[in-house]
Amino acid sequence: MNLQATRRQFLAATGGAAAALMVRPAQATPASMAAAIRQVVAEASVKPGRVKLELPPLVENGNTVAMAVSVESPMTAKDYVKAIHVFTEKNPQPNVISIKLGPRAGKAEISTRVRLADTQTVVAICEMSDGSFWSDKVDVIITLGACLEDL
Amino acid sequence: MRPRVRLAVAIVMLSLAIGPPAVSSAEIPLDQRRSAYQDMSRDNKAMQDDDTSNPGMLAVLDGEALWAAKSGGSGKSCADCHGDAKTGMKGVAARYPAFDAASGGPVNLEQRINISRQQDQKAQAFAYEGKEMLALSAYVAMQSRGEPIAPHDDARLAPFIEKGRAQFNQRQGQLNLSCAQCHDDNWGKSLAGNTIPQAHPTGYPIYRLEWQSLGSLQRRLRNCMIGLRAEPYAYGAPEYVDMELFLMWRARGMKVETPAVRP
Amino acid sequence: MAARTLINVPPKAKRGEVIQIKTLISHIMETGFRHDNVGSPIPRDIITSFVCTYNGEKIFEATLYQAIAANPFVTFHTVATESGTFALQWTGDNGFTQEASAKITVE
Repeated sequence: MNLQATRRQFLAATGGAAAALMVRPAQATPASMAAAIRQVVAEASVKPGRVKLELPPLVENGNTVAMAVSVESPMTAKDYVKAIHVFTEKNPQPNVISIKLGPRAGKAEISTRVRLADTQTVVAICEMSDGSFWSDKVDVIITLGACLEDL
Repeated sequence: MRPRVRLAVAIVMLSLAIGPPAVSSAEIPLDQRRSAYQDMSRDNKAMQDDDTSNPGMLAVLDGEALWAAKSGGSGKSCADCHGDAKTGMKGVAARYPAFDAASGGPVNLEQRINISRQQDQKAQAFAYEGKEMLALSAYVAMQSRGEPIAPHDDARLAPFIEKGRAQFNQRQGQLNLSCAQCHDDNWGKSLAGNTIPQAHPTGYPIYRLEWQSLGSLQRRLRNCMIGLRAEPYAYGAPEYVDMELFLMWRARGMKVETPAVRP
Repeated sequence: MAARTLINVPPKAKRGEVIQIKTLISHIMETGFRHDNVGSPIPRDIITSFVCTYNGEKIFEATLYQAIAANPFVTFHTVATESGTFALQWTGDNGFTQEASAKITVE
């Protein structure tokens, strides 16, 4: 994530021109994920660490994939996780879920089930009460089922 | 190459590699049978095992409500005649499809539910694959969870089991494959990244991740036929009931898992 | 018809114990990216927000997007502080709203 700052500046400068040059459709790109992340973190830097994103590396069906996010934090009034955000790079839309937490959570640990459109990288970002941002990423391989109903 | 084209090529190559039509493929020895549950990922197994997280349980809860709801001209609920489903329906789904004297052939659980609704409750039949039918059949079938599938050895069922077996071994569709070629001869091998299951209907209606909803065995059979590029029969066709009967007979002794989760 | 929900909250807990709450709700979560068999887009219909309060105080809030699988399953934690009620509310497209609650006894 240390390339984040330079990539963000580059994209902010070139904007739509960069998207038009991409071969993949403009919706599903690492650039739109970067933009979605920027909306959450603004100009702050995001450091890898502290948050742990769990997804199976190989998925039988991308329609329903178990996902867990946990953050090391004492979850006290002075030091807690304010928010957890998850993003994808190849889904039609980059946001997955955004969660607000507080010291009453006791543990910064959530789980859900997500849809993953294709083999891709998923990113989790957490915001701490001190304003710092941390991230983790997982590469997931999606297999296509045989004998599908819709052709 | 796009994934679906790649898949079609893989299937065609597989069908060519299998060779001339076998009249009847080798049946899986009874002690080698395994449920597709065992091939699932750890997360998908956990989804099935935990009743508080199994999406099929949402339908089961709806089914529980339907069981108690008074319906039709009779003003009766299922519970009024059958009592508590936990005792009244235990083992029932495990022995379906069963012989129905009135029609002279096998009926599956969904058809039995509709026969009861129309004749006993004087209510309208539930539509196949509709929310109510799925919920009620899931609730009833879940009462057999853990029970072994019955031997289906009623002599009157024998000719229908043979019809189902013939279908199972019959090549069909543009891909010209029979069920047996994949599910008897090549189970355990990989097809486009997935493990080919033996195709035992131990957990129906299942919550299939592909559908993101609950579905019946007939839906799955139609799915397979479409996958083979064969024209599927209409819902409720006797051909399906014969196949369901054969598949349940083939799975005799295996434990019911309803509501199962499958990818 | 109300959306079916399945809530799992431990019925009893010790004061200060961190407990896990598991929630499941029946909802199609139609992404808006699919097309029907004649090519017309199927409109988006998803749950967009999920909030849990504990004796009236908000302890968990989530914004859900299309990437959340159908029949959303969400688990989270909270500190068992006092006996009372968890109130859960889901809201979404087309005026969707569903509530559920669960009680806990804290010793």
